[in-house]
Amino acid sequence: MSSPVYRIRNLVKAYNGRRVLQVDHLDVQRGEAFAIVGPSGAGKSTLLRLLNFLEPPTEGQIFFDETEFSAVREVPVENRRRVTTVFQRPMLLNRSVWGNVHYGLGLRGQRNAADKTSAALEVVGLAALASQPARTLSGGEAQRVALARAIALEPEVLLLDEPSANLDPYNIGLIEATVQALNREKQVTLVLVTHNIFQARRLAQRLALFLDGQVIEVTGVEEFFENPSDPRTAAFVRGELIY
Amino acid sequence: MSNDLLEIVLLSLRVSGFALLISALAGIPVGAFLGLRRFPGRRLLVATLYTGMGFPPVVIGLFVYLLLARSGPLSSLNLPFLPALFTPGAMILAQSIIAFPLIAGFSMAAVMAVDPQVRLQVRSLGATDRQAALTILSEARLGVLVSLIAGFGGIISEVGAVMLVGGNIEGRTRVLTTAIVLETRKGNFELALALGFVLLGLTFVANLAMLRLQGKSIDE
Repeated sequence: MSSPVYRIRNLVKAYNGRRVLQVDHLDVQRGEAFAIVGPSGAGKSTLLRLLNFLEPPTEGQIFFDETEFSAVREVPVENRRRVTTVFQRPMLLNRSVWGNVHYGLGLRGQRNAADKTSAALEVVGLAALASQPARTLSGGEAQRVALARAIALEPEVLLLDEPSANLDPYNIGLIEATVQALNREKQVTLVLVTHNIFQARRLAQRLALFLDGQVIEVTGVEEFFENPSDPRTAAFVRGELIY
Repeated sequence: MSNDLLEIVLLSLRVSGFALLISALAGIPVGAFLGLRRFPGRRLLVATLYTGMGFPPVVIGLFVYLLLARSGPLSSLNLPFLPALFTPGAMILAQSIIAFPLIAGFSMAAVMAVDPQVRLQVRSLGATDRQAALTILSEARLGVLVSLIAGFGGIISEVGAVMLVGGNIEGRTRVLTTAIVLETRKGNFELALALGFVLLGLTFVANLAMLRLQGKSIDE
């Protein structure tokens, strides 16, 4: 059994006094592919932002290895840089495709940044578009650039927030194959937030169902789909509306 | 072009160029800070900034005049960096104060117009606060350029403040706008008009140069 990369304890996130997330206990194991599913407003994306240390918790802690992240403790930038997110919207910068993928490496002043940039673009099949302005790309190409930008950083944890929503099957397949290879070959920890339970089934080893900001069930992929312990999970898997 | 006219043109560019540089160095960071940060008193600062954007230049000229005058509050301090009245330095100071709120205000608006998700994205890619701010400024560069153009346009064409603090002294503080006023008063309308066209041409060329600096054509 591998050690947890994240340990979440008594975590609360509230905006203007309204609690949108409350997780008492949740671990994410190092090197696993962990999917979070649930309806809109369940707190999935909020949790991802907290796992990337982009917003502070209101209460409780997230331990990233031994580093505590809480309302009063920030995570040092060296640790923050071990994690990155691919968001649903690629949010490319107003520069070339190459410039976008190089951006994070440039922030770190990394040597071989140019080589890593080119290699990441090769992985997502966009080396030929390197000099093109990023904002002229199609939706699928833009999301592949966003993925290349993330994998160029060689993160220990890759957070994926609906990374293939609204994309065509070709781009979905390419993105899924790329992140799956990262997980299996380089032991990159994946945390995937998705509405698409089929995608969660294809990619994840464990799943969590979130509802109203709370964890309903966390279990292995087979059990989640074949023998869930919570009736709401069973209903969600059957495609029924839960809220 | 006569030597006198060339001197006037060069002084106009020198005064407004330095003033633009000073106000940009102060105004862009202030605009970025106000656009990116939320803190108590921010609204008051923003309201003050917007007021400054509409402040009559001649009133700023009056303040600078009173500040630098021998009987002014700063005269007894003998501060070495404060320029004397009726010098190009005094004109630069007045124009810097006029351009500062324009540059800070437009820069703030440009930074605020950048999608907040971009900021999350760059932090997610490992940017420190300073790196994130510089990236957002870079994303807002067209808006920041507009702020510089607005600032430059505001000061190169301004007459009241430079007349008050510069005095329109021939060979020392006479710039295009004050020369136009003088020639009009003298009834030399042809020369005044010619000076006006030179001023328009300078403004156009300066704006074109700023656009080129950004690597953008005016067709965009």
